[in-house]
This record gives sequence, structure tokens and C-alpha cells, in this order.
Amino acid sequence: MATVIPRIDVGDNYKEKYGFFDPEKFVFKAKRGLNPEVVKEISWMKNEPEWMTKFRLRALQTWDKKEMPTWGADLSTIDFQNIYYYLKSTEKQGKTWEDVPADIKNTFDRLGVPQAERKFLAGVAAQYESEVVYHSLHKELEAKGVIFTDTDSALRDYPDLFKQYFGTIIPPGDNKMAALNSAVWSGGSFIYVPKGVKVEIPLQAYFRINAENMGQFERTLIICDEDSFVHYIEGCTAPIYTTDSLHSAVVEIIVKRGARCRYTTVQNWSTNVYNLVTKRAVAYGDATMEWVDGNLGSQITMKYPSIYLMEPGAKGDVLSVAFAGKGQHQDAGGKAVHVAPNTSSNIVSKSISKNGGRTSYRGLVKVYPGAKNSKSFVRCDALLLDDQSRSDTYPTTEVDEPQVRIGHEATVSKVSDEQLFYLQSRGITKAEAETMIVNGFIEPFTKELPIEYAVELNRLIQLEMIGSVG
Amino acid sequence: MADFEIKDLRVSVEGREILKGVTLSVNKGEVHAVMGPNGSGKSTLSHTLMGHPNYKVISGQVLFKGKDILTLQPEARAKLGMFLALQYPVVVPGITMSNFLRTAINAKRGYDGKDKSKAINVKEFRAMLKDEMSVLRMDDSFLSRYVNEGFSGGEKKRAEILQMAVLKPEIAILDETDSGLDIDSIKFVSDAVNRMRGPELGVLIITHYTRVLKFIKPDYVHVLVNGEFVRSGGPELADWLEAKGYSEWVKEPAKAPAALEAN
Repeated sequence: MATVIPRIDVGDNYKEKYGFFDPEKFVFKAKRGLNPEVVKEISWMKNEPEWMTKFRLRALQTWDKKEMPTWGADLSTIDFQNIYYYLKSTEKQGKTWEDVPADIKNTFDRLGVPQAERKFLAGVAAQYESEVVYHSLHKELEAKGVIFTDTDSALRDYPDLFKQYFGTIIPPGDNKMAALNSAVWSGGSFIYVPKGVKVEIPLQAYFRINAENMGQFERTLIICDEDSFVHYIEGCTAPIYTTDSLHSAVVEIIVKRGARCRYTTVQNWSTNVYNLVTKRAVAYGDATMEWVDGNLGSQITMKYPSIYLMEPGAKGDVLSVAFAGKGQHQDAGGKAVHVAPNTSSNIVSKSISKNGGRTSYRGLVKVYPGAKNSKSFVRCDALLLDDQSRSDTYPTTEVDEPQVRIGHEATVSKVSDEQLFYLQSRGITKAEAETMIVNGFIEPFTKELPIEYAVELNRLIQLEMIGSVG
Repeated sequence: MADFEIKDLRVSVEGREILKGVTLSVNKGEVHAVMGPNGSGKSTLSHTLMGHPNYKVISGQVLFKGKDILTLQPEARAKLGMFLALQYPVVVPGITMSNFLRTAINAKRGYDGKDKSKAINVKEFRAMLKDEMSVLRMDDSFLSRYVNEGFSGGEKKRAEILQMAVLKPEIAILDETDSGLDIDSIKFVSDAVNRMRGPELGVLIITHYTRVLKFIKPDYVHVLVNGEFVRSGGPELADWLEAKGYSEWVKEPAKAPAALEAN
């Protein structure tokens, strides 16, 4: 695929396209801070069953007891008592585009959501603040029994299915941020693909956060039944704010025998967002799980999409890209846990640091005894654009089975004077040349994206690059 | 005044003076060969003319289209109509030749992402490439490969000449374009360059050996030794060098060693 570098206006155009925000308009606004009353209120507002209220409260207790992780990025400045944990911007969800309130529509128009939908999307669940306000699913998919809805609706409309899987892959006790999400979660996508159903067009949620000091705690649950296929895409752009914002999602995925699931994320949080996400999938016999994860923006990102390979023949791929500019720390990577024999995993991580930005690769490959003939390959490539920027690699390998093939490769490179001179000597400006080199570096990632996303990513990279030149 | 004038150019690299006052006039329509032994300053000359940041100009001027280009960035020189075919073309991973060529053509046309009428359209682009690529014996698969990645020596040099062909410079500097080439590649590359020769193009061929000059006949030959031109003449000077080598100045042959011819 030829990667065309799109050229667009920078500067105020960036703010207009990605940094705008509409006046806040809320039906309900919770108080700042976190305590059992707030959690109960959230559950009450959502009219949830009692088991969920109890689940949330137990999770809050777990959160209280858990220590903040100190092994990664610096999270000491997060003030949990200065955050809104729930906002609901419209009374109820719009079922069609016409039902969506005008100011919210306006926001989506600028993001290009309806257009994207018209073009090729099967369904759209766009999260505006804490509640999903717009959602649609083509009749064809409905007829096949595919469920694609927001997680709150799923709890109400598919209670048994929901309860069977919710919190089973990432229990609240998994880590402090998972506990927090379990206590205050809101929104997110719920997908169920029945046996043998292949969803040929990607399902997409396009969401953004739009309120100052507002936490975004969406919860996504995807179940791919045997021999099914789905590609879920989530893309984010976030407005620019002056005070800290927290995004802490939990994504749980179950890929049953012979099924395949691909989960693509390209996100560009504003540079004050703490993005602390727990993503985990389990893959059963001959199933395939693929995480495609692009991280731009945010102040700090900590995210390590994981795959548990539970039965023979299971396969997992993690392909990630991180871009860290000034004042940013992208601590990202992947985990592959081989529980059964003949399983394979592949983790490819690409990171770019510029203007003093810092990227870290943090990964785990674990092979349990008896997981014979497992194969795992990890590759991390870092590109540094200047001498102030930093990149580290923290790979962990725990192998308790002798009969395996494990590989690890890491490279660190710089944009060379020779590359720049070569491109410049062809009439390309230095800034464009740098952008080209960076886009080329992440091309193995970009080529896995649907074309619209590839273009968007290249555009975002260009903005990051040009925005910080001079 | 000539179309392209190098006036008393002195250049240092890492604090050491390499070019010690080079003067040369090139008119469009002419082909000049700059020959010299290893370390004479040939690559310094080519890189300085194109504006590589590691080469520091001590003094002198290079005049092209009424400007002293020495203060210009490489991209500005390219846009003015200069081109350098590198001795060692650089790998740019993840960028296809097709993307690279189109970006370069658009840059030259002044396309800044706004005025789409300035950008080359797909049809025009394909047509332009098809012709040139057939002369250079390159097939279509080449366009989807990443810039110079995994290219053989011959493919790299052909790719350089393809870039020259589509960018249509007025002054082209070919830096050791014949080095590392088998005899077929030399012929294809030379054919492509000869096709471009004409009243709108001035060429500066920088070479150690006389071999390539059998295929691209120069109008003038200049001998660079130790950072200075020691002799200039017509094509017969190349023949003279073929026989005598640079022995008058240093102990080194001008003729390609047999091993290189055979490879």
C-alpha cells in the first residue's frame, strides 16, 4: 500500500479540528471525588441491578486497599478526589441520528462520524462524556444475532450473557486502576458475535472526552463465539484542557475456539490526560487475538494489551506504536501468557520520542510448564528524533518449559543526517522529511489499519512533528 | 556568465580544509567530468554543491539563476533545479519508491497540500514513470519497494537516475554513479542520462575511473587533485588519463581495476 502523506493546515486548524469543545451541558453532574456515596449514586442513576451495585462497592473497597503502581510511569500527581466520576449529558440514548441533540451532533459532525458511518461502518457507538448517546447497528448484523451496543444497555438488555462474562477476564482485584474502573465504569462497547458469524466490516466506536476534570471509565466486553470473526476499532481525539484528566478503561475479550478478534485503537488524548488502561484477552483452541494499538498524546500512558493463550493452537499478536513528545511518557508494550502447548505469540512495538519525550517498552512473555512447542517473538524498535529524548526497554521473560522457541530483538535508531539530506536534496523540506521518516518507521503498523485510520494517523504524526519544530 | 558558476570554493570537513579554491563554469547543454584520485575532494564538492550540513564553506560562491546558492537549504537548491545522484543512496524504511517519487515531484511543483492543481495526478505520474523505467529496465514491482531497501548496487543507481529523470533538473551532479555497477547497469544508466542530455541540462559527472565516460561522452574533463583542479581539457583528457592514470600527481590508476570491471 502506498502511504500518501496528507498535507493539511497546522496551528489553529489543529485546535479547530481536534481541540474544540462545546459548552458543557449536563443532565446530571456528580460531585467531585470518590466514596461509596458517589458509587451508589452512579449505580442508582443508571438503574442497575443490585448485583452490579454490590460489585461496584466491593471494587471500591479493593481500590482503597490497593497501592498505586510505582514500577512504571510517575503517577504521583493524580488527585483522585478532584475528579468527576460520572456525567450524563443526555437523558437517554438516541437511536437514530435525528434523535441526537444538535450540539452533540455538531461535535460529531466536526469529527466526521456520520460521514464515516455512511461510508463503510457497520455500526457506530460514539461515547460523548460518560454515556453512549448514539448507536446504530445495521439490520443485517442484527439478523445474524450480532450484539453491538453500549455496555450499560447490555447490562439491562442481555443480563445473563453480561453476567456470565463481565469481570471474568480482568477482576477488580487485578490492579488498582482496574478496581477503580470496576467501581465507577460507565459506557464502553459490548459486542457478542455468535458461533460461525463473520462480521466483515469493522465495528467502530468513535469517542472523546469533553469535560474538564472528568474521568472516563469506559468498560468494553467482547465475546467472540466459536469460529466467529470481528474487527473492533476505537479511535479517540481529545480536546485540549488545562487541568489534569484521567482515562482509565478496562477491556475484556473472550475469543473462543477457532474464532478471531482484532481490536484496533488509535488514540490521541490531549497532553494532560493520564491514560491508564487494562486490556486483556483470552484465546482458546486455534483462536487468534490481535491487538493493534496506537498511542499518541496523553501526558502519561500505561497500557500493555495482554493475551492469555489458553488452549493448543491459540495465537496472539500485539502490534503497538507510541509517540512521545515534550513532557510525555508513553509506557506501553504487551504481554503474552502461554498456558497451553503449540501456542504462539508475536509482539511488535515501535516507539518514537521527540523533544524530550520518553517512551518505554514494557513487556512480559510467560510460558507455563507443559506449554510445549510454544513460540514467542518480541521485537521493539525505538526511534529518537533528538538527543533530549529517551527510550527504555523492560522486557521480562519467564519460561518454565524447555521445549519452546523464544526470540527477542530490540533496536534504537536516530533519524540520520544522511536520510534528511537525501530527502531534502529531492526538494522535500526538513520537517516533511522527518515526518516521512517517522511515518515510514511506523509503516508496519499503519498498513494494518483501515485506510481512513492510516491517513488519520499519518496526519496526526504530521501535526505532532510540525507542531514541535522550531 | 555561465549558467552555473563555482567561484574559488573552499570547504572544510571536521575542521580540515578539503577544497582549496575550486572554480568551474557549467552551461546548460554541457557535460563536464570531474575526475580525481581517492581523497581528492570529489565527494566534498558534490555534497557541498547540494548543501550537506557536514560540509562547511570557508569562502567562495556558487552562482545559479542569479543567486549564491550556498546559503540555501538543500530543498531550496532542488527546487531551483539542482539534482545530486548520490554515490551511496540512503535507505528510507517504510516509504515506497512510488510515494517518495510523488512527494518529490509535488515538492518541486510547489504543491503545499492546498492547491490540488499543482499536484501530479495518478495518470500523469504513471505515464511519466513508465517511459523512464523501461529505459532503465526497471519493472513495476520496484515502485512498491521501500526506498533503497534491499536494492542491489545497480538498482540503487538506476533509482537515482529515475529520480533525476522525473525531477528534470537543469544542473545534475552524478557522484560516482558508475561505481559498483555491472556493465549492463552502466549501459542502462548511461542510456537514460544520454536521453536527458540537451540544451536544458548541464551535467557534472564526478568519477574516479574513465569507464563511464565511454558511455556518457563529456564535453569537458577536469582533474581534481588535493582539493584543486590541476588540469582541464576536452574529452581527450579522459583518454590521456586512461593511459597515464593520476601518476603525474599520485600513484593510482584512472582505469577501473579488472576485478571491478568483472563484477
